[in-house]
Amino acid sequence: MARLLIRGGRIIDPAQNLDRVGDLLIEDGLIAGYEPPDGPCDEVLHAEGKIVSPGLIDMHVHLREPGNEEAETVETGTAAALAGGFTTVACIPNTRPPIDSQAAVAFIQNQAAKADHCRVYVVACVSKGREGKELAELGQLVQAGAVAFSDDGDPVENSELLRRAFEYCQMFDKPILNHAEVRELTRNGVMHEGLVSLVLGLPGMPAEAEDVMTSRDISLAEATGGRIHIMHVSSVESVDMIRRAKTRGVRVTTEVCPHHFTLNDECLRSFDSNFKMSPPLRGQRHVEACIAGLVDGTIDVICTDHAPHAAEKKMQELDKAPFGILGLETALGLVVTKLIEPGHLSWLQALEKMTVNPARILGLELGTLQPGRPADVTVIDPDIRWTVDKNQFRSKSRNTPFHGWELQGRAETVIVDGRIKYRAGELASVAIA
Amino acid sequence: MAEIPEELRNIARGWQRSHLLDLESLSREEILQLLDLADTFKQLTDNCTRKLNLLPGSTCANLFFENSTRTRTSFSLAARRLGADTIDFSRSGSSLSKGESFIDTAKNIEAMKVAAVIVRHGTPGTPQLLAQNLRCPVINAGDGPHEHPTQGLLDILTIRERLGRIEGLTVALVGDIAHSRTARSNLWGLKKLGAHVILCGPATLVSPRWRELDVEISHNLDEVIPRCDVLNLLRIQFERQEQPPFPSVREYALLYAMNKERLARAKEEILVLAPGPINRGVEVTPDVADGDHSAILNQVTNGLAVRMAALWLLCGHAA
Repeated sequence: MARLLIRGGRIIDPAQNLDRVGDLLIEDGLIAGYEPPDGPCDEVLHAEGKIVSPGLIDMHVHLREPGNEEAETVETGTAAALAGGFTTVACIPNTRPPIDSQAAVAFIQNQAAKADHCRVYVVACVSKGREGKELAELGQLVQAGAVAFSDDGDPVENSELLRRAFEYCQMFDKPILNHAEVRELTRNGVMHEGLVSLVLGLPGMPAEAEDVMTSRDISLAEATGGRIHIMHVSSVESVDMIRRAKTRGVRVTTEVCPHHFTLNDECLRSFDSNFKMSPPLRGQRHVEACIAGLVDGTIDVICTDHAPHAAEKKMQELDKAPFGILGLETALGLVVTKLIEPGHLSWLQALEKMTVNPARILGLELGTLQPGRPADVTVIDPDIRWTVDKNQFRSKSRNTPFHGWELQGRAETVIVDGRIKYRAGELASVAIA
Repeated sequence: MAEIPEELRNIARGWQRSHLLDLESLSREEILQLLDLADTFKQLTDNCTRKLNLLPGSTCANLFFENSTRTRTSFSLAARRLGADTIDFSRSGSSLSKGESFIDTAKNIEAMKVAAVIVRHGTPGTPQLLAQNLRCPVINAGDGPHEHPTQGLLDILTIRERLGRIEGLTVALVGDIAHSRTARSNLWGLKKLGAHVILCGPATLVSPRWRELDVEISHNLDEVIPRCDVLNLLRIQFERQEQPPFPSVREYALLYAMNKERLARAKEEILVLAPGPINRGVEVTPDVADGDHSAILNQVTNGLAVRMAALWLLCGHAA
């Protein structure tokens, strides 16, 4: 029997509302309990002063394979995930070709198995070829292992198609993840529409472009009883609409990315394309609305929207540079530095949004340290201060606006299925015979 | 070779900035310094008709990714009036049309040891991106709708010359504010020098958000005209918009074209500017464009003077 004991850490498991100092025992890849074993351990991790969390889950990651392997592969993306403390990622199907078939799902699963870093779940396309015209073979995709559906990168624009998808997906109890953006309102846009875009002369993407589609998505989910997960919410109104829909019992969930609670549209004054993302960095009142949504629980999940781009693509004129930034290797530090340290969220609240909540939305038996569950564990050093250095990233790309930032908190040891897959530093590891 | 006057040398040595990218970030003093030096160059060159030999052996590169006649010609002539050579690159016929990135193109040109790069581009921020990637001075000759600092300076120089001051004047910028780099550069420069700025045009082209910068906005030109000392008529940039911002050109001209009737309701000393190229009959009727109140051709001479000043401030310390 393989035994690993994590000794003396602060165990935080939001799924059980657990926050206490103690030991965590792992046996044969499963959580065994909170007491040291009678017999010997293969390894003991000393975690005094550290936080022992369920393995972090990022439900919104672009691994870029197949099609854009110059930016990221399943191998490099999952290595980056481990370094960021994530034991599970869900990858989004805007690849080339898109993941809209059983074979494509199997390909990702194979690449993930070969890489053998963290768990990878596949979000498959809502529509064939991500063209927004007809439904993909959702039932077959579920059988292949798809955990949710999304045409992310492009919204599902056709309301009738989305309604059918809501109806049909209820047979499998799978959510639709939608990127809320009315394209007619954001055409050619590179940044949030506001005073800053006006002064810089850059074409704007108004918050209403997000709000109009969020409103539609909620209405259709409400009418059909389907499950909608609004991706990367970023505006005052959208957060508020979701808040109100939840009180009515609509099956709506949502997520926010670290850049939307840490940066605002003033950053674009540098004209640096590392501040170009979709939805765009908005004005400060929107940033505050995202934080408020996290605090009151309207926002269920913190995800990264990890979007690698090769340097030659990103280092172009702002209108040509693609949208998106890296997220996996900076998310935890930003959550600690910008949400936990200033007192917006407790550790329990923050980790809930990075463990059990995404697990529940995707229907995964993960994200908790309950005995009997797979032993995915992230040991976090909550006090360590470190400087983001994009050249140290495991990701294949370097497009981050956080290079040079000093952050607090980092994953120290990452365990997947009972196996230590990543160690950052000094955590003692002593084998006991 | 003529001796470079010590005074000019000192002005260039005292200038702190490596590039001229916008007027938003310049101080009132820096703007005045540019305007005063432009005046000096006008005097030294008999209204920009004679050549000075201040930058012999230097080469200024015009890197124009967007079409331009007058600005490119003006920069070339300004460089030559200072004794420098010029080279021109445009999008068509260069490696850019072969897929080379514009940063690579610019680095190649810099490697030819140019003294300054003058860049025009359709995308805001592109001169800033070049400035970060090149070691030589970069002058923004217009970046999309963002800024066109030398145009703003030459408009302000023209106003100062004709009306003797900027402080306390009421200046209306009329027309396509949304897409106008001239409007933005004028706005910053005029505000810093103490003018009252009115942005006037159809609601689709004049955002109410401008009020947050303490600027007056109006959609009613007829109401604005009697209060103005200067009207700066901006061209409707049809090429920058997919959806027409107003129902028809006829309707625009009816509401906003500067014609004789409107001019009759203006102050006697009204000054009419247009950054050009103008759409005759749209923003301004020919009788006004060619009339006594028009300073359109003064603007062209002042453009040379301002660009000589900018080139000297950025390159003169090395001469």
